[in-house]
Amino acid sequence: MELSGWGRYPRHSSNVVSPGSPRELAMLQRHIPTYVARGNGRSYGDAGIGAGVTLDMRRFDRMKGFDETSGLLTVEAGVLLADLIDRFLPRGFFPAVVPGTRFVTIGGMIAADVHGKNHHWVGGFGDHVEALKLMFPSGQTVRCSRDDNSDLFKATIGGMGLTGTIVEATIRLIKVETGWMRQNTVRAENILSAVQLLTANEGASYAVAWVDCLSRGNALGRSLVYLGEHVSLDALQERNPGAPIYPNTRGRGIAVPLDAPGFLLNRHSIRAFNALRYARARTKDELVTWQSYFFPLDGLDQWNRLYGRRGFLQYQFVLPHQTASRVLPEIMGEIATTRDPSFLAVLKTLGKGGGQLSFPMPGVTLALDFPVSDSIFSLLDRLDRLVVEGGGRLYLAKDARQRPETFEAGYPNLSVFRQQRRAIGAEGRLASMLSKRIAV
Amino acid sequence: MTTQPGTALIIGGTSDIGRATALVYAEHGWKVILTARNDEEGLREVNHLLTASQAKAELCRLDILDTESFGPFINSLGTLPNTVVCVVGMLPTQSRAVADTAYASLSLRTNFEGPAILLGMLADRFEKRGTGTIVGVSSVAGNRGRASNYVYGSAKAGLTAFLSGLRGRLWHSGVRVVTVMPGFVRTRMTDGMKLSPFLTAEPDEVAEAIYEAAESRHRDIIYVRRSWRLVMGVIAAMPEGVFKRVKF
Repeated sequence: MELSGWGRYPRHSSNVVSPGSPRELAMLQRHIPTYVARGNGRSYGDAGIGAGVTLDMRRFDRMKGFDETSGLLTVEAGVLLADLIDRFLPRGFFPAVVPGTRFVTIGGMIAADVHGKNHHWVGGFGDHVEALKLMFPSGQTVRCSRDDNSDLFKATIGGMGLTGTIVEATIRLIKVETGWMRQNTVRAENILSAVQLLTANEGASYAVAWVDCLSRGNALGRSLVYLGEHVSLDALQERNPGAPIYPNTRGRGIAVPLDAPGFLLNRHSIRAFNALRYARARTKDELVTWQSYFFPLDGLDQWNRLYGRRGFLQYQFVLPHQTASRVLPEIMGEIATTRDPSFLAVLKTLGKGGGQLSFPMPGVTLALDFPVSDSIFSLLDRLDRLVVEGGGRLYLAKDARQRPETFEAGYPNLSVFRQQRRAIGAEGRLASMLSKRIAV
Repeated sequence: MTTQPGTALIIGGTSDIGRATALVYAEHGWKVILTARNDEEGLREVNHLLTASQAKAELCRLDILDTESFGPFINSLGTLPNTVVCVVGMLPTQSRAVADTAYASLSLRTNFEGPAILLGMLADRFEKRGTGTIVGVSSVAGNRGRASNYVYGSAKAGLTAFLSGLRGRLWHSGVRVVTVMPGFVRTRMTDGMKLSPFLTAEPDEVAEAIYEAAESRHRDIIYVRRSWRLVMGVIAAMPEGVFKRVKF
């Protein structure tokens, strides 16, 4: 069947099988020549599409055990983050790291070593994984952690499913007193002042900036910086008495019923929207629910259809602090002058990555959305050169088009990673359309 | 009035509807006893219930074909559950069921003989105690035998008739019997079939409907998707002379 990632580009045909138990999974793996595991299909490009067969892991959706004192939770790899939060937030626990959507599986979060708005001080999701159960192509299962099979553990965190199928994981949850976030909004006049604000606020628990990519001149990359803190019970009762401690809506919000016509998101509509959003924003301090702080887009089911039938590309890069202040304005300048508008642009600071192929490095990351068009690919090729020249790299969970050279230049641990793959018999057996394209 | 939480016994606790039903009962504060034929699979479900809901949960091994074991199984339960929900079933391939008698027999025994005998035995205990709720998950396929699935349908017809009779026998004793008609459900059993979205329920929806019918609204027979009542009404009203000519 035809498969794609969340960006709906590229689309490839792959045979999808859905094993229901570890026994079935082992048997399948022994008989299928090449495959990769897929979670809930929320990586944007081709990472979750098997070269040959795709193993749909969503039937591995059981939770296995939880220890209140340590906050350690063991789950099967196909458990959705949304279900985890539904079950554990009312008990006062929250994942230490969450990405921008809760409709991802735990296995997928580990494979992509996803980061949140707090990477600058807590690291990625992988940094809160205690142990993993990994199944090799032979069907053999091993446990790995920072103490046991530690090299394999580090290869698997951020390893895009290419070092074995993640079957089970033990992760550490943090304690929270409420489901509310205190959000401070601050305006930044251009991209560099946004970076400065983010760096100056590294003491904040969560920090992220929304960037207007269509502003020009001195206002190039003007931004709204959002700082966040978990709200204590006392603070909630003082500022919002009577509010439910754990506001919880299980609903998935409204859905985008059809593919939007491609012209809906054009540079004029986006410019108008951005100008309005920036103009209306004031420096403010408010309490918002966990959903609206962490997962604003989850309220709009299937928002990926807004980009029309051709789909869209996510482009997320990271640049080290030393080069960011020079290269970021160059990149913003390139984007502002093209005909391809980016609707969503998000800026964050990152710390050190936890795995061999983890995307984060100490520096600044910018994520951009572009509708697929004929001209977009050459623009992104130009951006690739700027990123590589600045010593940065691209996020594999979002990538749909980078060349092997760009990948190789950005990931210095690649040779160690390849050795790990050889050691467990993954070469030639574990392959996604991503791993083939960038020649992992 | 909603029943006070007690103990629910879920027969067939590793099926998609069984899992969902167990979770709904657990979320309402019930203790749940799951039965499974396969220990490994049963353990996955029980651990999930314990972790996801903080409810009390236990696992019992039970093979619905092993009618000899039903007596010892019920005795091993210690205290008798307040509610039993039987979701056991198998959907045979009709063409194979026509040609292969052992396979047809397996389907008849799984869908009718096993559930009827087990629920009948539990009904006797419930009757002696004077309380209890028995929920049988049957099928609209049992409302009228169709050429395309009558081996399955006839077993479910048997189960529906059995539950109906049991309800009549027990209604004055304080024991209630609920018949559930799920219609199409998106489960492993129907994987790969093309199903009308209007007539197809999710397992969670069936589980909620079971809990509601058994514990709060106290219904006798429920169709999870109401549209099925209309569909089956039309099918039941067709004269046999017409019905036998219709291919579906």
